Amino acid sequence: MDHQPPPFFKRGPAPLARLSFYAALSLALIFIDSRFQTLELLRQGVSLFTHPIQKAAQAPVELLQNAGNYFSGINRFQDENARLKRAQLDGAETLLRTQQLEVENERLRKLLDIKGRQKTNGRVTQILYAARDPFSRRIIVDKGQQDKIVAGQPVVDDAGVVGQVTRVFPFVSEITLITDKDQAVPVQIVRNGLRSVVFGLGNGQLELRYMPANADVQNGDLLVTSGLDGIFLPGLPVAKVVHIERDTSYSFARIYCVPVAGVENFGDVMVLDPRETIPLPAQLTSEAAAGGAKPSAKSGAKKKRLKRE
Amino acid sequence: MQPTYSSSRILQPVRPWFVLISLATALVFNFFPTTAWPWMPDWVALLIIFWSIREPRHVGMGTGFILGLTMDVADSSLLGQHALAYVLASYAATSLSRRILWFPLGQQALHILPLLLMVQLVQFAVRVMPGADSPGLSYFVGPFFGALLWLPLTFALLLPQYQPVDRDANRPI
Repeated sequence: MDHQPPPFFKRGPAPLARLSFYAALSLALIFIDSRFQTLELLRQGVSLFTHPIQKAAQAPVELLQNAGNYFSGINRFQDENARLKRAQLDGAETLLRTQQLEVENERLRKLLDIKGRQKTNGRVTQILYAARDPFSRRIIVDKGQQDKIVAGQPVVDDAGVVGQVTRVFPFVSEITLITDKDQAVPVQIVRNGLRSVVFGLGNGQLELRYMPANADVQNGDLLVTSGLDGIFLPGLPVAKVVHIERDTSYSFARIYCVPVAGVENFGDVMVLDPRETIPLPAQLTSEAAAGGAKPSAKSGAKKKRLKRE
Repeated sequence: MQPTYSSSRILQPVRPWFVLISLATALVFNFFPTTAWPWMPDWVALLIIFWSIREPRHVGMGTGFILGLTMDVADSSLLGQHALAYVLASYAATSLSRRILWFPLGQQALHILPLLLMVQLVQFAVRVMPGADSPGLSYFVGPFFGALLWLPLTFALLLPQYQPVDRDANRPI
């Protein structure tokens, strides 16, 4: 008979076994989170615990800022007030004309039987803090699921597009800035209507990619959203071209832009309501449904044939 | 247990709630808006390594994993990125603890530096390999300050365990 002596000290599984368990678990999490968006519930659950602490950790900084504002005196606010009044007066003329033009445009569009321009509303949110992740450019704002924010909504400030809502938590939501490396915005050049896609570079700049080396792009060109993505409304200013490198050894020009909006600033931003998808006319949808059924039947037949073979 | 194995002072046993509070404090320290200062060390990594070396039976890979997940959600980074780094650091610290504690504090700090660098390097690899933006070399400055902090940190965290020196001629140690 072979008796194992009982262990003197209970130590649980061996360290290497524990390491492989936890490492495998973390790697699985990394893989699932980067490939599929199925861990949002876990994230939201943990965020209920972390966000209050984070907010508390931000409190001393806010306190210092508020104290600074308090002591900076009434003078600065008076200056700012005067400046804003002047800016409003400056803009009043164009604003009034814009309203008139919009009405006129709508009437003309009706005459020409073109679909009217979409209007949208938004809600003003306050930027709470920048996400600490040094590998991406994201900010956290103070409205979330409670305020019916959904992922994908565009975010603008008073000058142009800031980014897009990418994650929504119960009380806050996360916005990926347009300067993030993974963020792309379909744009067109105001001057000639050339369409392209602008990508973030990660260093605060943007790049207009896939434009041929001889494309008609100039320094100072303004890029606005083209609206082809169905997410951003057309015509929102995005960026300005600052530097163009045309190298004949590459087929594409390297075009660098800077965002128009105060992307890296703190303050208030507006989360625009999701754009409504324009439904196809009833006749077209029925045709599409009828047309779509036939090819599927054919492909089914093909599959059967393949199986037989 | 002694402050280092070559020391003749005997420490009182650690109180578990003190470990918990110190880890929670480190979490809050990490949540401070210090993104503008890249030299700020990763406090949670530092504390996990510290307690994995001092108290491998209280703090280990499980603690590292949970704190790592918390950091991932708070940082809005890839889920599991911090967890993997902390688990590896905790494992290395636990297995090195018998060796590290023989050295004086300055040389201990030299042992901590590669562990802290590994924490950053693992996260760097996990994020940059699939194509995220590289944050630059300043990302690796934090560990050096973390290693410098090892000396004051050891004193501060062992303070509750010190007991007054009472000389007793009859006591063996």
